[in-house]
Amino acid sequence: MELIGQGIVKALEMLVSGDGELWRIAWLTLRVSGTATFLSVILGIPVGVLLALTRFRIRGFTVSVVYAGMGLPPVVVGLVVSILLWRSGPLGDLGLIYTPTAMIIAQTLIATPIVTGLTMSGIQQLHPKLHLQILALGASRWQLFGLLIREARLAIIASVIAGFGRVIAEVGASMMVGANIVGETRVLTTAMVLEVNKGHFDIAIALSIVLMLLIWLVITLLTRLQQGGRPL
Amino acid sequence: MSPLLDARNITVKRGGRTVVNAAHLTIEPGEVLAVIGPNGAGKSSLLHALALLLPVSFGEYRWMGRPVNLPQEALALRREMAVVFQEALLLDGSVLENAGLGLKLRGQAASAWRPAAQAMLDRLGIGHLAKRSARQLSGGEAQRVSIARALATKPRLLCLDEPFGALDVLARHALLKDLKGLLASEGTAAFFVTHDFTEIPPMADRVAVIDQGQILQIGTPHEVFNQPATPLVRDLVQVAHDLVRTLQRAE
Repeated sequence: MELIGQGIVKALEMLVSGDGELWRIAWLTLRVSGTATFLSVILGIPVGVLLALTRFRIRGFTVSVVYAGMGLPPVVVGLVVSILLWRSGPLGDLGLIYTPTAMIIAQTLIATPIVTGLTMSGIQQLHPKLHLQILALGASRWQLFGLLIREARLAIIASVIAGFGRVIAEVGASMMVGANIVGETRVLTTAMVLEVNKGHFDIAIALSIVLMLLIWLVITLLTRLQQGGRPL
Repeated sequence: MSPLLDARNITVKRGGRTVVNAAHLTIEPGEVLAVIGPNGAGKSSLLHALALLLPVSFGEYRWMGRPVNLPQEALALRREMAVVFQEALLLDGSVLENAGLGLKLRGQAASAWRPAAQAMLDRLGIGHLAKRSARQLSGGEAQRVSIARALATKPRLLCLDEPFGALDVLARHALLKDLKGLLASEGTAAFFVTHDFTEIPPMADRVAVIDQGQILQIGTPHEVFNQPATPLVRDLVQVAHDLVRTLQRAE
């Protein structure tokens, strides 16, 4: 208990004193996970809508791959991205290993199946004739997609919340492709691992409080968006 | 004058099975063509095909006498039509926003679609509901909004897929009467799928009987009821005959 008390005191000290390193790490965490979530939205929502609306030969297999991807272990993603970006790997010439970009790539791969799978099930929960009704009202394909996304927005924003929650909390992939380099690729989760290994539990508790605050802030904003007004 | 719609060799396949295989169907401008048939006969699939909502093969599809190039012209042609389904299928938003959705999708500004949608809601007797959420309507009110949404776009052809099927008899009767009046005043043609014989005489100029995807007979309601062309048509109209006889006996 004393340890936790010391940790909270330390956390308050770091927060109140405006510890530069702490805010840098927090900002990088938000930038990496926010960008990865944004990219997963760009990729996952259109694919989820298409999977919900179209029928093709290997659709069942594709859906099973997406759902399996929702449980993809971050260390497996970290391993694959490391192999691809390794200096002697197929994309080694890009020089991305141990950079925030590598971490964004890994986290995008983790979040995209979550956004895709939950978007697909959200669209499938709408009335099966709704897309016919929208088409019959004179909608183009793009207008149809826009209206279906709007109708399923509660589920889709929930998918974004789930995707963001998964990547901001992961540590395995970020550690493997980012290497936890101070001032460059250190994020809140990898910094916590390091501080615990060094026995600095008070700093680790301070970092965890900042991480939880960050998650709470972003999830609250997304939830407000989800539950807000519902004009057409 | 050319028919509004003239379709030949209409084939719809689902899961490798042919569900519609109709040789020839025409709809004249302003006429109401009712389609009846047993469950699973292909009535709704035929409607979806004519409204260009399904992947469908046409031998020929003419609109106002002009051959239509499908699927390239499908969107332009869908904007000449409207469809009302059995369920109202309203979207999240106000009644007015729902009624104006078809006009918005055609690129109309709010200053144009709002008064047009309000006018159509007024004509269907639900203008006072304009600001209400579409989620808070009764079944009859919701279906009136759905019809207002369809008619607000001023379609040349209104496709009705059992639009009164989910309504109680009083709501059905009132809506049937209003719809008939609106179609007549606007000069809108209708393709009206129903399984209820009592809806045909007040609505339809002609009746098509369909079974297993094929059109068995087309004619005026009087012709089809009094001169059924096949045993199945005779069985279908027998219900109506029995009803008339029962009423006559009661009198």
